[in-house]
Amino acid sequence: MSKILENQKITEDFYLMKVEQDNDASMGQFYMLRAWDKYPLLSRPISVYDADEKTVSFLYKVVGQGTEIFKELKSGDEITLDGPHGNGFPDATGKIALVGGGVGVAPLYLTAKKLKEAHPEATVDMFLGFSGEAMLVDAYEAAADSVTVNVGGFVTDDIDPTKYDVIMTCGPEIMMKVLYKKCVSVGATAPLYVSMENRMACGIGACLVCTCKTANGNKRACKDGPVMLGSEVFGNE
Amino acid sequence: MSKRLETVFAGVTFKNPVALASGTCGFGKEFNEYFDIQKLGGLCSKGLTLHARGGNDGIRVWETPSGIMNSVGLENPGVQHFIECDLDRMNSLDLVNIVNLGGHSMEDYLQAVEILNDYKLDILELNISCPNVKAGGMNFGVKTEMAREVVREIRKACKHKLVIKLSPNAEDIVSLAKACEEEGADGVSLTNTFLAMAIDLKKKKPVFENTYAGLSGPAIKPISLRMVHQVAHAVSIPVMGLGGISTWQDAIEFIMAGATVIQIGTASFMNPRLAVDVIDGMERYLEENGIENLSEIRGIL
Repeated sequence: MSKILENQKITEDFYLMKVEQDNDASMGQFYMLRAWDKYPLLSRPISVYDADEKTVSFLYKVVGQGTEIFKELKSGDEITLDGPHGNGFPDATGKIALVGGGVGVAPLYLTAKKLKEAHPEATVDMFLGFSGEAMLVDAYEAAADSVTVNVGGFVTDDIDPTKYDVIMTCGPEIMMKVLYKKCVSVGATAPLYVSMENRMACGIGACLVCTCKTANGNKRACKDGPVMLGSEVFGNE
Repeated sequence: MSKRLETVFAGVTFKNPVALASGTCGFGKEFNEYFDIQKLGGLCSKGLTLHARGGNDGIRVWETPSGIMNSVGLENPGVQHFIECDLDRMNSLDLVNIVNLGGHSMEDYLQAVEILNDYKLDILELNISCPNVKAGGMNFGVKTEMAREVVREIRKACKHKLVIKLSPNAEDIVSLAKACEEEGADGVSLTNTFLAMAIDLKKKKPVFENTYAGLSGPAIKPISLRMVHQVAHAVSIPVMGLGGISTWQDAIEFIMAGATVIQIGTASFMNPRLAVDVIDGMERYLEENGIENLSEIRGIL
């Protein structure tokens, strides 16, 4: 069990929870979170928003039974974290674009921070799309070189993929697919990494409920992903 | 560890009667990162088919009160790949290696059985009950006379210990279990998942592409327990009991109802170390109650 340090409401549906936990989590990985005994039956996979050696933070959207319980937790309460799981985003340098939609912006904060730490010479441009109100823009601006916010429109319209050496994205599958198609149609050479958020059960690669059928065969979002190449996920459609 | 939990199932010795159920533990690699899986009595492989299967499209899991529905659709690498990549490792473990085999035609079953005849394994668990494969997996496990024919043919071909995994969706699970015994099965395991359904109100469509999916977890436990009780009283071959076991108390209930071995499935998703807790809890219960071996309480009800 780990101690919750903060659990702050960010906007109507979004909360940011900071938990005391020794960790070596890297950008794009996730934990299985559980703050109850038996029910709901499954733990909830939540991606890492931020981490240092002693704490992990999660930006989550309240969408159902599990996250309804999370949002009621107070600092000092306990929660079970299992992880970090998954492969995470790859290291990269040069001109980097990070494109997030909705709760998919969550893993991109640590990603921007880590990439800038490792490669001060890299340029990290962020494109964040929200259907309702924008959030945490100041934090993202502090982590990246530039932040373009889109509220209510299509964040994929804001980016010129040809300007980048590498593009990483997390958000609704349809948004990531549109971005992939745009990259192909404008002839972008940058590899596009997508972070999949399929429904999961075990979270450790045993049950095969989060399988993505890719151009390179079936891949488990939890164990082989969540980060995969856009070309393998969307390339054969 | 004492010998209190040691169990013999159809001539195969389990150091304890707790196995992980097919489809919930892959081939054992992932859970081994959480605990030494050699603490288990047995491990049932992911359900294999003759040829690799990609599994079902669409949503594959849906939570329900006290359970989950799944529609994985027997995604697996195929028997040959399993033999090349996982079988030796599973055999090298200090536990009973149970290989689960599914199929959607008699020919596929028989070919796979014949391939596996050439290799060592402890028990072949034959899945005649997966509700996810449109091609007919369901049918074999629903009608007693169809199950009888499958078991008869496979018994003739199979050199291994043969356990038939039964569907709770069978028309008459007791008569179906008796048919398995009459055709020479070494044991039966029950229950697989219950055929179930969920509807997406926004889309006005079933949640699952196959419309129906398999319900598992604590929600089904009382029904599975009742079926294990009925079957264990009707046949003289041993029974593996499963269906929603999530505590050591549940496991003891299945033993009292007549199960020789129990399997843990969905509950491992609540806590990946759950099987170890169940083994420890059973051991403690026997010790505290002065029971020298589980056989003293098996089938007492």
